[in-house]
Amino acid sequence: MTTAIQNIDHYLENFSALAKQARRDDPRWFEKLRETALARFLKTGFPSTRDEDWRFTNVSAIARTPFSPARKKPTGLSPADLAGWKIPNSAAQLVFVDGQLVPGLSTLDGLRKRVTVSALKDLIRKQPEVVEPHLGRYVDIERDPFPALNTAFAEDGAYVHIARGTVLSEPIHVLFVSTTRDTPEMTHPRNLVVVEDESQATVIEEYISLGSGPVLSNGVTELVAGESAHVAHHMIVREQPEAFHISTLRIEQARSATVSSHSLLLGGGLVRNNVHPVLRGEGGECLINGLFVGNGHQHLDNYMLVEHASPHSSSRQFYNGILDGHAHGVFHGRIVVHKNAQKTDAKQTNRNLLLSDDAQVDTKPQLEIYADDVKCTHGATIGQIDENALFYLESRGIDRISARRLLLSAFASECLARMKDDTARAHAEQLIHKYLSSFADALAEGSADRGRQPERTGEEVG
Amino acid sequence: MATKRGEESEERKKKRMSLLEIKNLHVTVGGHEILKGIDLRIDAGEVHSIMGPNGSGKSTLAQVLARRETYQVTAGEILFNGRDLLAMKPEEAACEGVFMAFQYPVEIPGIGNAYFLRSALNAIRKHRGEDEMDAMDFLPLYREKLKVLEMDEKLMNRSLNEGFSGGEKKRNEILQMAVLEPKLAILDETDSGLDIDALRIVAKGVNAMRSPERAMLVVTHYQRLLNYIVPDRVHVLVDGRIVRSGGPDLALELEEKGYGWMETEARQTAPASA
Amino acid sequence: MSTNVNTIRDLAERDYKWGFITEVEEERIPKGLNEDIIRLISAKKHEPAFMLEWRLKAYRHWIRLEKADAEPKWANVKYGPIDYQDIVYYSAPKQKPGLKSLDELDPEILRTYEKLGIPLEEQKRLAGVAVDAVFDSVSVATTFKEKLAELGVIFCSFSEAVKEHPALVEKYLGSVVPYTDNFFATLNAAVFSDGSFVYVPKGVRCPLELSTYFRINAAETGQFERTLIVADEGAYVSYLEGCTAPIRDTNQLHAAVVELVALDNAQIKYSTVQNWYPGDKQGRGGIYNFVTKRGKCLGVNSKISWTQVETGSAITWKYPSCILQGDNSVGEFYSVALTNNYQQADTGTKMIHLGRNTTSTVVSKGISAGHGQNTYRGMVKILKGATGARNYTQCDSLLIGDQCGAHTFPYIEVKNSTARMEHEASTSKIGEDQLFYLQQRGLKTEDAVSMIVNGFCKQVFRELPMEFAVEAQKLLSVSLEGSVG
Repeated sequence: MTTAIQNIDHYLENFSALAKQARRDDPRWFEKLRETALARFLKTGFPSTRDEDWRFTNVSAIARTPFSPARKKPTGLSPADLAGWKIPNSAAQLVFVDGQLVPGLSTLDGLRKRVTVSALKDLIRKQPEVVEPHLGRYVDIERDPFPALNTAFAEDGAYVHIARGTVLSEPIHVLFVSTTRDTPEMTHPRNLVVVEDESQATVIEEYISLGSGPVLSNGVTELVAGESAHVAHHMIVREQPEAFHISTLRIEQARSATVSSHSLLLGGGLVRNNVHPVLRGEGGECLINGLFVGNGHQHLDNYMLVEHASPHSSSRQFYNGILDGHAHGVFHGRIVVHKNAQKTDAKQTNRNLLLSDDAQVDTKPQLEIYADDVKCTHGATIGQIDENALFYLESRGIDRISARRLLLSAFASECLARMKDDTARAHAEQLIHKYLSSFADALAEGSADRGRQPERTGEEVG
Repeated sequence: MATKRGEESEERKKKRMSLLEIKNLHVTVGGHEILKGIDLRIDAGEVHSIMGPNGSGKSTLAQVLARRETYQVTAGEILFNGRDLLAMKPEEAACEGVFMAFQYPVEIPGIGNAYFLRSALNAIRKHRGEDEMDAMDFLPLYREKLKVLEMDEKLMNRSLNEGFSGGEKKRNEILQMAVLEPKLAILDETDSGLDIDALRIVAKGVNAMRSPERAMLVVTHYQRLLNYIVPDRVHVLVDGRIVRSGGPDLALELEEKGYGWMETEARQTAPASA
Repeated sequence: MSTNVNTIRDLAERDYKWGFITEVEEERIPKGLNEDIIRLISAKKHEPAFMLEWRLKAYRHWIRLEKADAEPKWANVKYGPIDYQDIVYYSAPKQKPGLKSLDELDPEILRTYEKLGIPLEEQKRLAGVAVDAVFDSVSVATTFKEKLAELGVIFCSFSEAVKEHPALVEKYLGSVVPYTDNFFATLNAAVFSDGSFVYVPKGVRCPLELSTYFRINAAETGQFERTLIVADEGAYVSYLEGCTAPIRDTNQLHAAVVELVALDNAQIKYSTVQNWYPGDKQGRGGIYNFVTKRGKCLGVNSKISWTQVETGSAITWKYPSCILQGDNSVGEFYSVALTNNYQQADTGTKMIHLGRNTTSTVVSKGISAGHGQNTYRGMVKILKGATGARNYTQCDSLLIGDQCGAHTFPYIEVKNSTARMEHEASTSKIGEDQLFYLQQRGLKTEDAVSMIVNGFCKQVFRELPMEFAVEAQKLLSVSLEGSVG
């Protein structure tokens, strides 16, 4: 079901080169993991649209481009350059530029006891016994070629560990920056977050671009939540229009763990965001909350696979999409309820606003239920900005552009309201506001008069 | 024989009727024996905790006390205020004053939270020969308890537990307990899945219910809750038997040493073949 | 709460309450279907020529369909083959219709009505509801004609309407469900026995809720009633339909057609509480209910609402629909369908958006218990010219026990990009754990079940006229007795 692999020799060569030089010090188990992953990738290649999971997203542009692993070079960035990207009140900040951790731009001091934030590379080399029980044990490289590619080529990423019974209120910020390169380059950020029993933590993973040109960011985050742990993860994608961004968040929840995954897809040319929680232990709760905003020729694909593997767990998926121009949005929400997962309560809602005739959205809910005592609800809406609401605002003296902006903000704020962490929410709110402002202004030309109803009866105006 | 004024002699205590007395309780579920001879006595005014590893039978004990019929009692007896609890149906036990805060509270669409609670309260009042409460009288009582549990008034008319997060459901259980004022309150893993803020609020609600006329049985896996709701007695349940009982320090010891230590001890002291 | 408990206990004590047969002289024509039978039916009813013409055209079309084996087979229900020649197509009790008052009615028939719990006298006094009771194939009593006549409202049996108001009937008959529409509609057009006809003139708000009760009595008689309701510009009418039938060993066919037409600014509210015999606990001997019900919002700002509570019939196949032709028209469908024991239902609705700024709302609640199988099939079609269309669909299924099933097949076809569609579906279960939770709070089992089911159906019951809502709740309780716990 996949195309013949393109540039296969290219990837093979690059892998061999890396194996020879950069990874001499890696432990044997990790090397083996990489080899298995590469073999798997070489076998399947990049997915094609005949693959059910990739039906709406064509990655041939990625397959055609001979991406090379990003070469290390001085970033030329100073802390001042990144001042605007810092999140106030964060517990720690790790900054990676083109895949490399830059300690000079990161903030790790003042971390409290029982909380570890560092480069994954360091842990693999210096304390492998700590990461070995988790690294690569959750993400599925058999089913999905991109995590397989990531596992083969991953260099570095964030390692976060919260010891048992620790409550960390401030968020941990991991920032991935890509700069302009002469040739197409790829990075494979690999993150591991382990939150032990009865602990609480918030993580913000953010991807930004300071430059242009084709670049591939193929990230994997494995997030392990212990019994009764509370974890909030935020994924913010704000890359430039030529960037290809694939990310996979694989969540493993123990008994009574509560995890929320929030995604904001605001940038990038072709973006595929995979969220795959497995409610392994009984009584867990999972919230997947997303907002995707597309314009121009952006392609934003949200793929969710929620697995209920034990009884009494609940999951909620809320995705809001705003699409304009020739943007294409996808919501593919799969819910799998295993045979023993009785009393599962799953809910999925996707709401979409199409602002132009050329914008499109594909929404595909998929329920696979093998237990017989479950509650599953799903709903989807596709529509436009309510003309009645617009007219109402205009009749109160608000100009059309501002009115549109207000309504779009209101729609987007549904996503914000579900973020419990104040710092993360404030950060997200400020980003969405900025983004929608420039967005709505662009709306002024062209789509203003489309869809205006010529007759309006007195009753409707109220 | 001389006792200090204000102290009760052991003999007198034994003679006084306990609120709850469990004798040699054996319970089977789906063909497997889960509880293998439980003996427990709780007096009014006391807070007891049952701790144990997952699968030890803690929830089973709670459900049997609440009279869930899918749990088969194969031997033993339970006296509640001197009456045979095992002869009661769940609604009867509830009207007599038994309340269980469910580990997994149920959602029922179409039935408002306030309406439901008032119906429950009135069923109990009717059983006691009291007048039923109408909506007007019920509201202030409900509002007062909502405040203690720091819950929004807006939930009043929402459907029972519908759209509530796990933590909100647990708080709603304690809210109901506060309104129904039971004689015996059983908390079945109420702390499971709660974040630290919710834990504090729930503990506040539970502690506000402590009274000389009321007994509580707190079933939990984690010690943390017991920092907030300090028990008078702690019992450790392993593989269907109470292997150790002690004061609140026992919980701390467990936290330090883990259940493994208790399981080893239990194996060493277990009676020869059931 | 206490009233509910008593009611439920009373109702539970009895068997299917309506199960009895009236010993009354009947006039029957022989079994079978052919052109002569059609002519005989038309003659017995003294119908004008246009009516016979129409019947014959339909009959000939039906023959073509039958030869082509066009009986619909796609519904998610299973039933034995129907022998259309083994049915009597006309049966009337031997007495004269057109009574001035109920005193002139055959006392046996009047006693039947009393047994059925239709206290006509009571209704006359308290609610002022006009009742047109159809006894098998001929209308027997029509009350309050005078009161309605003052306002110009016509409410009579279909047979009477064909004779007294032929122009109106000819104008609208078949305009919503043409005889070519579907197999059962064609059959109905050929052999329809009777039904109701309502016409509300311009600007008139019908002050009474109009009601009809049906009853199948004679064994092996199919029931083919035809109802036509027309609300002229600015008119409003609320119509109630409730049915009941006695116990029979053989299955009985019920293929009705209901047409509603709403002109500019008019509103029609059509409510049904259906209680046909569902078959015994092993699934034998119930009614086959194949009905075509359709409303056309012909005029601008018109509105048609279907509200139904279905608990009976062995097999149900019906899709009340709305054609939203007039601009700004509104179509609504609120339904509770219960299947228990071995009942099968394949029901749903069709909302077809033609005009501009049309709105449709669908709230479907299915309850499955025992070995019941409940299928919801809903279609929402937004045609090309239907700008600004809005639809909200909610279909919820409640399963009681492990042996029943619920299936949902939504079909959404949108050909206009300005449409706003919202769809929600959910499936849940009443199990031992919900019951236990309510019991642990002090509630008795019957009260608990009643609470859960009523909570589930609340959205629909709210739309029913008051008396019907109470009747509906009782009906559900009786139908569910013993299925839980």
